[in-house]
Amino acid sequence: MLMLHCPFCDEYVEETELQAGGEAHLKRFGPGSSDDEFHDYLFTRENPKGVHFELWRHINGCGKWFIAARCTVTLEVFGTYPANCTEPPQWIKDKISEKRPGWTWREFAG
Amino acid sequence: MSDPVSALKGARHAGLVEVRETGLGGMITLRGDLDSDAIKSAVKSVTGADVPALRKIALGDAGAAAWMSPDELLLLVDYAEADAVVAKLDEALVGTHYMATNVSDARACFSVSGEAAREVMGKLAPVDFSAAKFGAGDFRRSRLAQVAAAFWMDDAGAFHIVCFRSVGQYMFDLLKVASHPQSAVGVY
Repeated sequence: MLMLHCPFCDEYVEETELQAGGEAHLKRFGPGSSDDEFHDYLFTRENPKGVHFELWRHINGCGKWFIAARCTVTLEVFGTYPANCTEPPQWIKDKISEKRPGWTWREFAG
Repeated sequence: MSDPVSALKGARHAGLVEVRETGLGGMITLRGDLDSDAIKSAVKSVTGADVPALRKIALGDAGAAAWMSPDELLLLVDYAEADAVVAKLDEALVGTHYMATNVSDARACFSVSGEAAREVMGKLAPVDFSAAKFGAGDFRRSRLAQVAAAFWMDDAGAFHIVCFRSVGQYMFDLLKVASHPQSAVGVY
């Protein structure tokens, strides 16, 4: 059973209260962008072995979006934070660096 | 004009606990900045309650206010007064960023009371109902089996459940099954 901490409710909630929202920190390419950019925005996703960032929504609860930093190998959860940011906050980067030194994910690194 | 009736017209069931459809309740969704003085005083003036803390319900002399999300409250008032309360909120909050809507007719309310109330709730919701984690005045928005629901515990140890009216019958049937006399688990 996966349990994630909802940063808004300050409570560990079970997976069935949550909705998975796919990869986090996507930059939107909409009208005016090139076909390649739009294609990548729609279809190209990370599939890492290790550190990963994903969007979750506390749908059967406060209804807010948050981001979980997880490891796809061990399923360890490094932490969760509100989704209203364009890159992972420093504290979560530090926390991941502690456990996975030298990690990188897309353009982000520890 | 036809008379308003509640979802299950006060249906009751006695098993491990007493399940009751509690009839019409006035409910108002209030969204806005919960830290602002405008919202605080508006909530106080219509319900007599303070803005509740995280995952709490605050009771007042004219109703209650429950924490739904960081920017949303559920105000519980008298059914007949709900529209008047919304009008009062509209007046008090003019010029601020907010939303107040009477959702009374979209909801069904139930109560679950008795010794085994925690256990019956625990069968249906993915929530820790141990006395240390969930007590009187605690409020949670979660799910009961397959439908969304919000619930809180009152001072007498009874649970009060709010769900959508369209799933009222489902909710009653769920609680009925979960409180079958031969289904005691004895966890809490």
